[in-house]
This record gives sequence, C-alpha cells and structure tokens, in this order.
Amino acid sequence: MATHESAAHASHAHAAPQGFIRKWIFSLDHKVIGLQYYFLALTAVFVGMFLSLLMRIHLIWPTATLPFFGEIKPETYLSLLTMHGTIMVFFVLTTAPQGGFGNYFLPIQIGAPDMAFPVLNMLSFWTTFLGFIVLLAAFVVTGGAPLHGWTGYAPLSALQSAGPGEGLGADLWITSIAIFCIGALMGALNFITTTLDMRAKGMTMMRMPLTVWAWFVTAILGLLAFGVLLSAGILLLMDRNLGTSFFVPLVTVNGQLTGHKGGSPLLWQHLFWFFGHPEVYIAILPAMGMCSQLLSVFSRKPIFGYKAMVYAIMAIGFLGFMVWGHHMFMSGMSPYTAFAFSIMTMGIGVPSAIKTFNWLGTLMRGRIRFTSPMLFAIGFVSLFVTGGISGPFLAQPVLDIYLHETYFVIAHFHLIMGVASIFGIFAATYYWFPKMFGRMMNEPLAKLHFWLTFVGAYAIFMPMHYYGMSAGLRRYSQSTEVAFILRLLPIQRFITIAAFITIASQFIFVINLFWSMFKGAKASDNPWEATTLEWITATPPPHDNFGGRTPVVNNGPYEYSVPGTPRDFVMQTDPEIKPKH
Amino acid sequence: MGLVLLVVIWLITLVSTYFFVAKTWWLPAGASAAAAGIDHHFTVSFYLMGFVFVAAQLALGYLVWKYREGGSSQKASYSHGNTTLEVVWTVLTTILFVGLNLASSSIWAAERFRAAEANAVHVEVTGMQFAWYFRYPGPDSIFGLTKPELEDASAGGEAALGLDTHDSASKDDVVSGVMVVPVNREIEVILRAQDVIHSFFVPSMRFKQDAVPGLAIHMHFTPIQTGDYEIACAELCGLGHYKMHGILKVVSQEEFDKWLAAREAEKQ
Repeated sequence: MATHESAAHASHAHAAPQGFIRKWIFSLDHKVIGLQYYFLALTAVFVGMFLSLLMRIHLIWPTATLPFFGEIKPETYLSLLTMHGTIMVFFVLTTAPQGGFGNYFLPIQIGAPDMAFPVLNMLSFWTTFLGFIVLLAAFVVTGGAPLHGWTGYAPLSALQSAGPGEGLGADLWITSIAIFCIGALMGALNFITTTLDMRAKGMTMMRMPLTVWAWFVTAILGLLAFGVLLSAGILLLMDRNLGTSFFVPLVTVNGQLTGHKGGSPLLWQHLFWFFGHPEVYIAILPAMGMCSQLLSVFSRKPIFGYKAMVYAIMAIGFLGFMVWGHHMFMSGMSPYTAFAFSIMTMGIGVPSAIKTFNWLGTLMRGRIRFTSPMLFAIGFVSLFVTGGISGPFLAQPVLDIYLHETYFVIAHFHLIMGVASIFGIFAATYYWFPKMFGRMMNEPLAKLHFWLTFVGAYAIFMPMHYYGMSAGLRRYSQSTEVAFILRLLPIQRFITIAAFITIASQFIFVINLFWSMFKGAKASDNPWEATTLEWITATPPPHDNFGGRTPVVNNGPYEYSVPGTPRDFVMQTDPEIKPKH
Repeated sequence: MGLVLLVVIWLITLVSTYFFVAKTWWLPAGASAAAAGIDHHFTVSFYLMGFVFVAAQLALGYLVWKYREGGSSQKASYSHGNTTLEVVWTVLTTILFVGLNLASSSIWAAERFRAAEANAVHVEVTGMQFAWYFRYPGPDSIFGLTKPELEDASAGGEAALGLDTHDSASKDDVVSGVMVVPVNREIEVILRAQDVIHSFFVPSMRFKQDAVPGLAIHMHFTPIQTGDYEIACAELCGLGHYKMHGILKVVSQEEFDKWLAAREAEKQ
C-alpha cells in the first residue's frame, strides 16, 4: 500500500485557495493548519506560564495582590494549578508537537501533497480551538475556574457543592476536555490514514524518518486514549448535572446528603489514567522523534540503531497502555495489582534507556555542529535522562507510597513530559522555521535563549526533588500550616526566583520568532544540509508541497557522511546508495 | 561551544548530586517498623539510579565536546549502529529495572499482602473537608453504627461522624481529634471519607493511604518510637486542603491505656 502510483496523489485533493479566509482561517492546507495549531499552542503556553508564575509568587508571598486575580485565596490558587495543568497538557504538549509540527511536516516527509482528509483536518483544529475558548471561559464565570486539579478526581470534581469553582466552572472544564478529545480523535484518524496510505513511491515504512514514526505511533495512542477520556468526561458531566452516580457513592458534603449512591471514585481514576498515562507518551514521543532527527542531522552521522529506535517507539507505545495503575498505588486499589503495574512500569524504562543509548551512540564519532536546534536536542537528552531517572523510584510501590503527591512527582513529570517536550518543540521550531517562513532565525538570540532556558529549567525543577523527598506536598496553597512543610520554604523561594528568570527569557524566543518572520536572513531550500523530503522542495513549500513533482524515494532518512559521495549527505531522493553497515 | 556544554552539563550534574549525597534535604527519620526496610531500598535505588544519572550526563557532556566540528575528529564515521551493543544494553537495563523491582516487591508483599495481626490496635480514621477524626471501638472492640444523615460537622466529635447513639456498640466508642496510639503495637487503621477523597499521610511512618468515600480501607503500620508526628492530607480535597492536618501521638502502652480510660470515663 506504500507504493501506489503517487502520480494519483499529485493531483491535489483541493486547489490552492485564493481568498484570505479560505487560505488562512478555514484552510484545508495541512501546512496552514499546522501553523494554526502551533500558534494556538504558543498562546496557550504563555497563558499557562503566566498562571504558574502567579502560583510561584503566591507560594512565597501569600499576601501579595496579583494582576487579574487580586489577593490569591486558597481556592484561587487551586484554580490556577488546575488551569495551568489542563492548558499545558492538552493545549500545549498535545497540540504543538503533534497538531503543529506533525500536521505541517508529516505529509511532506512522506512525500504526500496533503493529509488524507483535509476537511477533517480543518475540523479537528477548529474543534481544538473551541475547546480552548470554552476552557478559558471557566475563569470568568461565577465561582471561577474549578479547583479539583487537572486530574479531576471524583467526587471532588463531580459535586457542585464540593467547593468554589465546582459549579459552572467545572462544567466548562470537563466540556472543554471532551471537545478537545473529539478534535484529537479526528486528528489521530487523519495521521494514521495519511501515514499508511499516502507515502510516496519508495517511502517504505523502514525509510520513514523517526519523526514520522513518532507522529504515527502517537496518533495510535491518541486514537485509543482520547476515546476513553471522552467517555469518562461525558459520564462525569452526567454525574454533575443529570443525577447519575457513576463516580459518586453515598456522600455528605457540609452535612448534606448529595443524593448520589453506589458510584465508584476509583472508576474515574482508572478511566482517567487509562488515558492519562498514554498521554505522557503522546507528549514526549514526537519530541523523541524530533531530537533523534536533529542529533543525526547535526552530528552528520546516521542515527545509531534506526530499527532499535523504531521498535523502542512501538514498545513505549504498547507498554504505555499497561501501566496506568502506577498512579494509584495508594488509591485503595488491590495491592496485588500493584505488582503487575510496577513491573510493567519498570519495563517501560528499557525502551527509554535504549533510546538514550542510541542518542549517545549517534553523537559518538560524529562531527557535531552546534546550531541552536542541536543545542536544544542535546538539552533534551540531558533533561530526558534527568526526568527519567526519578521514574523507577515512583514505579516501585514501596517508595511511591512515600513520594506520591509530593513535589518529587512534580519534578519528575515536569522534567520529562513538560520541559523535555518543550525542548523538543523549541528544537523543532529553530530547525523548521526556515522551511516554514523562508527565513532564518537569529542565531545568537537563539543560543542565549537556550542557555537561559536550559540552566533555568534545572534550577526550577531539580530542587523540587529535595522538596519532595522532605515530604513537601503538592497542591498546598500555603506552606504555613504543616511544620515539616514550612521548614522547606527556602527551597520554594529559590524556585520562584529561578522561574522568574526562566520565564522572562522566553520573551527572547518570542521576539526572535516574530522578528525573524519578517526580518530574518533569507533561507535557502536546505540550510541544514539535511536529507529528508521537506528539504528537496521550495522554501516555504508550495500549496501541493512539491510543486507538481512527485518525489520518489531511494534512500533511508539518515544517510550522512557516506564514504565515496561528494557531499556529506545523501538526499532520500538521490540515486540509491548501497550502504554498508 | 562544545566545551561550554561540557562544563555546564557537568556542573549541573555535580551540583544536583551534591545536595542528594550531602542529604541537605532528606526524608525525616523513620519511626515505624517498616521504615528501615523502605529507607534501605530507597538508598539502594538512589545509588543505582544516581550512578546511571551521573554516568549518562558525564558521557553526554564528554561526547559533545569530544566530537565537536573542528575538534580532533575530522570526519564523522559512517555507521548505522551495532546490534551487539543494542542487545547488551537492552539486557543490562532489563536486569537493572526488573531486579530493582523484585528487590522491593518482598517489602511490599510483607506489608500489604496480609491482614493486621490479631492483637492490633484498631483505629478508624475518617477524613472530611477539612479535618481528621479518630475513633476507637472501646472495651467491646466493636465500632458502633454511623449514619450519614446524622452527620453534623459543626458539632464536631461523635456528631461529626454521625454516630448512632442508640446502637449499643456505639456507647463505648471514643472519638478524638488527635490520634493516640501505643508504641510497638501494630495499628490497624480503617480509613473512611465522608465527602471527597482524602489521603492519610504520616511521613515519619512512611505511611500514606487514600481515604475514599464509599470504601473502608484496612491498612496497618507499627510505630516503634514515641513522640508526636504530623499527619497531613495528601490528596487534593478542596480549598482547605493545605490546612487539613493532624497529630499522631505515639505513647507507651501504659499512657495509652490511661488516656483511653480517661476518655471512656468522660463519656459516661
């Protein structure tokens, strides 16, 4: 199915639109849709970061009056963390790497003129956009945004009387997530179909760049995970508004019976984490793909162990569905199941380690060019190792019992799913910007941005390990009430200062991004001397990606420094070389 | 640039590791029978994973410096990898992770796969927004009935739990806002929650367990050191989550008996 006569696809599914609205707003072009996703995520990340800054200030200065929110009450703090988590996980970490870069570059990298279903693609973006608006609306309704955290554990999330923000704000929150799921499902279908059916002649599965493999497996994860979250969200909405009791047993809130009976709070946790754990890989797999790509390009060397990398992506995706219970060791779930979930979770460390070894193997005996995308890719490897290393602590029930719900967990998942993914997004931005906008980004500014962000990320998240090991609990709006937490306040002060500097340095990135769009040096078609298909076409690519031509692929994606070739890279469309291993 | 990367990555690694090794911030001293085993396994994991962390970061820093463009290597080697190496590190990491897991499994099994001992002290722990209540069954060793419709949080004590005073088993039940237990006896806690999920966390006991509405979760631990220990709620339960804390008082058996008897006397 890979090698249909690609001429059939060359007659593009839709002609290039002329009007502004069809070209830039309701566009069917995967490249425009990719940019729309990217800028949605960029907006969302600044909202999410702003919320985290407010939380950081409140933690060390509880009486401060803050912009938009005034004096932060305990419930306001909990709203901030709920919205921060929800925005970052869904509208940044799921949106930018997959919806953004995946949309833009997956079709080009496999030599297709567009996604398989352009209309579905447009719908999936606008559905996601609608989800974001609905989520933000939670801030302005009576009672404000919900306070139940991004995991929305029932019954807290299911009962209007359980706290401020649990009224309309919570309804909007869960509705937004349900809408997001629908958008993500449409996107996933499109990615899978496109990868399977739209590859150019010669683009066998094992010639696909690792980015494409990552987007493809991520789409499969999305297809299986978002459907479950969507169902759970609908059940939660029914519990909240229609008097059902899926997640709520007989409970009293403030001495009042709620009328619910017989539901299971643990059912929500199972459904949520059945989505929630694969979601971690939805966020990180595309970043892994991007960094694999960049390490090879800028080491001027084939990726070390291509097949092992492909199998590792698949193994991570597969195992990712069998480990959700490690979020629930102290939930009241049977202690026997902890055995199974624990060993599976430790098992997922194996493919992750394989990837790390292969990244180091790629650097070894390379000829490394320290471009800004490469710096972020190297930073990604460092952060991935650091974030990964705390995993085996949390995967073992005997240790997790102590560490669960402490800042140790915050450190772990922020480093590996947050910062490492964001480094993937930065690396991809600096790498593909020339192709997307036809201009280069400012390199000195990019490097400054890297150093501040790399050191800043460590300064923020490394101390959280110490805080967590000392039993510092998360989701505490103030550390004044519990003595063993109060004495950890100096760590919080340090983290807040580091967060200030790191967040401020993100403006360097934004300035560079927009300045370069209009004023950057003109980019050539292949400024990085890379081999994959996006670099054979014009910059920026024409509406049908290859200007009426149909690429025919003869080589693997990572043929660098091939002996006996004139340049140190062989394009995928160059005449076939016979690589000796 | 390669050298700067090496220095920065190595510095971050060394500084981070220093605070772990110096134990500047660390777990509070353990005060339960299980704590020593858990802490030992924590240390083992810490050394193994710490070694992997330091080795990987040092290697990363070294490789980017060593193989920088313009450095000693003039041409990148053309290699697609090495199957033997792939097999070696796959096997090694599998042994490391699965071995670590099996080593800790026995501790988990010893604690969680058995019911509390027959002579354990029974304490029912109830979480509600935003307080903990502790109930002792009294001389009859039977907890009296509680009814949700009788709950009155503002009245506190027995009324907060909705204790049915007409039930004969509830006559001798003692409800306290402080958890008092004897040292060196196994404590069986029966965790309940009235409204939303709470989590009963005593860092010094290395003990944490969710209290879930609709469930009565039985769990046990054995304090081996007298003293006052803080209890904190470790599951987001609403706006007062941060102040939902309590005190676990571990006292001698004698003091415990005296305390319980005094509370019984107050009731009559």
